[in-house]
Formats: sequence, structure tokens, C-alpha cells
Amino acid sequence: MANKELKAVHRTDISRAQWVLKEMWRNKVAYVMILPYMLVFTLFTIVPVLLSAVISFTDFNMLQWPNFVGVSNYVSLFFDDDIFLIAVKNTFIFAAIVGPASYLLSFLVAWFINELPPKIRALVTLIFYAPSISGQVYLIWATLFSADSQGWINATLIEVGIISTPITFFQNANYVMPLCIVVALWTSLGTAFLSFIAGLQGVDRALYEAGAVDGVRNRWQELYYITLPSMGPQLMFGAIMSITGSFGFGGVVTALCGFPSVDYAAHTIMHHLEDYAGQRYEIGYSSAIAVILFLIMIGANMLVKNIISKLGK
Amino acid sequence: MAKLRTRKHRVVLSRSTGGDAGITVVMTILGLFMVLPMVYTIAQSLKPLDELWMYPPRFLVSNPTLKNFTDLFSLMNTSWVPFSRYVFNTIFNSIFGTAGHLLIASMCAYALAKIRFPGSTGMFTMIRTSLMFHTTVTTITSFIIMSAFGWIDTPLAIIIPAWGSTLGLYLMKQFMDTNVADAILESARLDGANEFYTFWVIAMPMVKPAWLTLIIYSFQGLWNQGASIYIYSEQLKSFNYAIGQITAGGIKRAGASAAATVLMMMVPIIVFVVSQSNIIETMGSSGMKD
Repeated sequence: MANKELKAVHRTDISRAQWVLKEMWRNKVAYVMILPYMLVFTLFTIVPVLLSAVISFTDFNMLQWPNFVGVSNYVSLFFDDDIFLIAVKNTFIFAAIVGPASYLLSFLVAWFINELPPKIRALVTLIFYAPSISGQVYLIWATLFSADSQGWINATLIEVGIISTPITFFQNANYVMPLCIVVALWTSLGTAFLSFIAGLQGVDRALYEAGAVDGVRNRWQELYYITLPSMGPQLMFGAIMSITGSFGFGGVVTALCGFPSVDYAAHTIMHHLEDYAGQRYEIGYSSAIAVILFLIMIGANMLVKNIISKLGK
Repeated sequence: MAKLRTRKHRVVLSRSTGGDAGITVVMTILGLFMVLPMVYTIAQSLKPLDELWMYPPRFLVSNPTLKNFTDLFSLMNTSWVPFSRYVFNTIFNSIFGTAGHLLIASMCAYALAKIRFPGSTGMFTMIRTSLMFHTTVTTITSFIIMSAFGWIDTPLAIIIPAWGSTLGLYLMKQFMDTNVADAILESARLDGANEFYTFWVIAMPMVKPAWLTLIIYSFQGLWNQGASIYIYSEQLKSFNYAIGQITAGGIKRAGASAAATVLMMMVPIIVFVVSQSNIIETMGSSGMKD
């Protein structure tokens, strides 16, 4: 008899609401199992995001009780805040270069590594992955490019005769953005890269053999007709990693060029957000920045999702 | 035998010598770009003081010494809060943050993957979307929530949010989907096992590579945790933060600072090397299904 109660009921027998309730009760153990994670996830992801959205319509400054100010934060961002517009421009330049470049780099390197014999493959994987697992190792770029006697690049350029006095790379508005882009690419072979390596190993060997029989002539055709379509899930996963990484870029700039960077030459949305949140305590305003950044990422994600789903088919 | 020959044949068919040469050249250039700064990092840490400040600077070290490392350790001994305290904080947070995340994320992933219940698809979509939420975006509001709980300036401010990390859950869910056969769970249920038992005793051993990867990601994140806005007591700050304080000493600390960078990066690299085969196996099915 107890068994009969636990049996799944067909949806057509009863109303939808009743069916949902019955199913929920039947699977009550599932809700118990997801409860701890969903609690933490809700508390530190969902609620903060929703709360940020609400606060962005107020003038909250952590001291006074917030007043509702409508969309005025958003209006000021786009019409009164020149530095924000610089930040948006820089973020888009940066994301447009580093996002696709790091994505393609991750994929191509993973693809090349996949052709190597297993022993060498492990070592080469470590070489490419090491810069992104080891915390703040990217600070070595500050030493390499420094203007004092430790700066190997300046010393070499002087020795070769290209320049006569050292260049202060990180205080020069012409160099900070390109340099930060290079460093960002250096640290960009992370999670997505590993995911590609694993995805390539997981492609069914039989597909390649079938492809060869069906007239695949070279490795580029093989890549286009066989490899890419079999890697849809990894390509999508990697894309999300590249999007969040490139639009949320900022830490590397602060560490290398200081904050704010000279003439705001490498000022990104993330810097603007941190400036208003962490130094000026204009939480309402910074939340508006957060919401905009967030919408940009979702938009970029949808765009990339469309491109990849076309490629995968 | 025939199959083996076909495979060899395929390689000949689709691999040109010119392509191989091109790829080797490109890989060598990229590889040098990746590895040279790492080599420089290690060389710097082994240079004696006169070589560190020699002009023109040499890329490699000629008289390697471990003096920078001994300097670093003696500097650690002079800190106001005993250095072991920072190390303890980081290890404590890493262990409890990772263990809690492993436990609750796996359990949630099991339920989402292996039990069909109203809301499961919606919840997973929500979690998956949140992969692209950058955590900096939610720092302010997380601060407000944590202060409401009274967690500010306690280890809980670091540990509990780590439990709710999204990447780990995503990984576990994909693996539960593909690597755990429903039939095995079904037979266990028929034998009277409850869901907690099937999850822990049957499903978890089958997804070992997944949770090894989860441990590495979570550990890496917590190990590299620097100064946090949630912690202001010196006694509760992290190892990475303390190392940063030492290296912030500027020119006179150049040697110790180079040693510190190497020290900080060795630990995650060792963790990675030890478990590399597992990571690579695991990431294979961590992509999205759309």
C-alpha cells in the first residue's frame, strides 16, 4: 500500500497544480539534498545580484538610509560621467581583443597539444597552464618591463640601440593597454584551455576514421567537419569563461599600473565599479555600474551562444 | 589488426609535413612566450643580490643561491602576528571551504542529475547562468548580507561563500549525468537503500575524477585568496596577504619578493601535477549541453 502512494501519477489524471504538489511530495528527499547548496547559492549569488539591482535605483552610501532616485544613476553614468564612458570603451576594446584571442589561443594550443605523444603532452600542458594557476606570478611582467636596473626589456632595448633612455612602460598611456593585453593573454590559458584539452581527447576516434574514408583531406577539414561539431559543450563552456574573464578584467591592470592607471588609459568598468564601491562608498551608483556590466556579459553570452550553436550544427 | 592499420593510414592521409612544421614553429613561439617569464621568475629568486641589481641585467642566474629564500623566512619571523598564524588561516579556510563545497555541491548535483523533481531544470538553468556572474559584481551586497549574519571578520566570511561556488556544482552535475548509470541506482533503491546512501556509497566513487578536480579548483581559489574586504583583524588574514606585505617592501625586498612569488606558485603547481591526469579526464565532460 505504501508503494502505491509513492508511485508517479500521470499528469492527465489530475490538475497541474495537484500533480506538481504530488511530485514534490514524492521527491521530498531531493529537496533535502539540494537544500544546503541552494541556501548558500541563494544567499551569496542570487540575493546579492537582486539586491544590487534594487540598490542601483537608490542613492545608498552606507551611512544614510537610501532614497529612491529612479534611473538617475543610470542617466548620470551615460550622460555626466566621462570616465565611465572611457571605462566602457576600454572594456569593449579589451574584451574584443582578449576574449576571442584567448579563446582561439586556448583552442589552438589545446588542439596542437592533442597531436603530441602523451608524455610530452603532459609537460607542454603544464607549461601553458602554469601562468594561470600560480596566483600573482604575472607580476614578473612588472619586473621585466620596469624602468630601473632590473628591467630586462629596457636594458636590452638600450643595448641594441633602439632607445637611449628607459621607457616607463607602466606610466605611459601609450603602452599600458597593449601591455596589459599581452599579460592578460599570458594568463588566459586556464579553465577553458583544460576543458578543450579534455574535450579533444574525448572525440570518438572512429569519427576520424570514417571522415578519412569519406574524403577528409587534411587536418583543417578534419577540424572543421569532425572535431568542432563534436565539441559543442566544451566550446560553450570555454566561451563563458572567456567572456567573464575579459569583461571582468581589472585586477591585472591595478597590479601592474596602479590605480587609477595613467590618464585612465587602461581604466575598465571593473575599476570604475571598485572605485565607487570601495573608495567613494557610493553604493547606489556602483550597483548601477554592476548591473550594466552584468547585462553586457549576458548579452555577450547570448551572442556567442548563437555563433557556437551554428558552428556545432 | 586491420583496425590498427586503418588508423595509421588515417594519420598519413590527413597530416602534411608542411603543416607539422608550421605547427611546431607556432607552438615553439607560443611556448617560449609562455615559459620565458616563468623561467625569469625562478631565475630571479635564485639570484644573489649583486646579480639582482647588476646592470645590464642578465636573464638567467650565474651563481644560484638560496639566500633569498632564507631571507624570506627570516623576514617571516619578524612579523607582528606569527607567520604560522597566516599559514594556519589559509590552510584552515582551504580545508573547510573545500570540504564543505565538495559535500553540499555533490549532494545537490546528485539530486539535480539523478532525481527528477519539479523545479530541477529551472534550478540548474539558474546555476548555469550564474557561471557568468563575476564575483566582484556581488561584493558589496555580499558584504551587507554577511554583516547581517555577523560573519564579517570571521573565517565564515571566506568559508561559507566558497561552499556556494558554481563551477564545482556544474562539474559534478555533468559527471553524475554521464558517468553514473541509472540502472545501478535503481537496483540499489529496490534493495532498500535511501537516496543519501546511494549518493554517498554508490554514486560518489563513480565520479572520483570530478571531485578531485573540484578539490583542485576550490583549493587553488582559497590558496590564492589575498586581502579580503570581509576580514580586517590581522590575526585572521591569509598567507597570500602576508606574503604581499613582505614583498611590498620595495627595492630592498626584491630578493625575498622573488622568492615569495616562487614559493606561492609552487603549491598549486604541485597540486596540479599530482592530479593532472585526473583533471584532464574530468574536464572532458564538463562542457555545457545546449
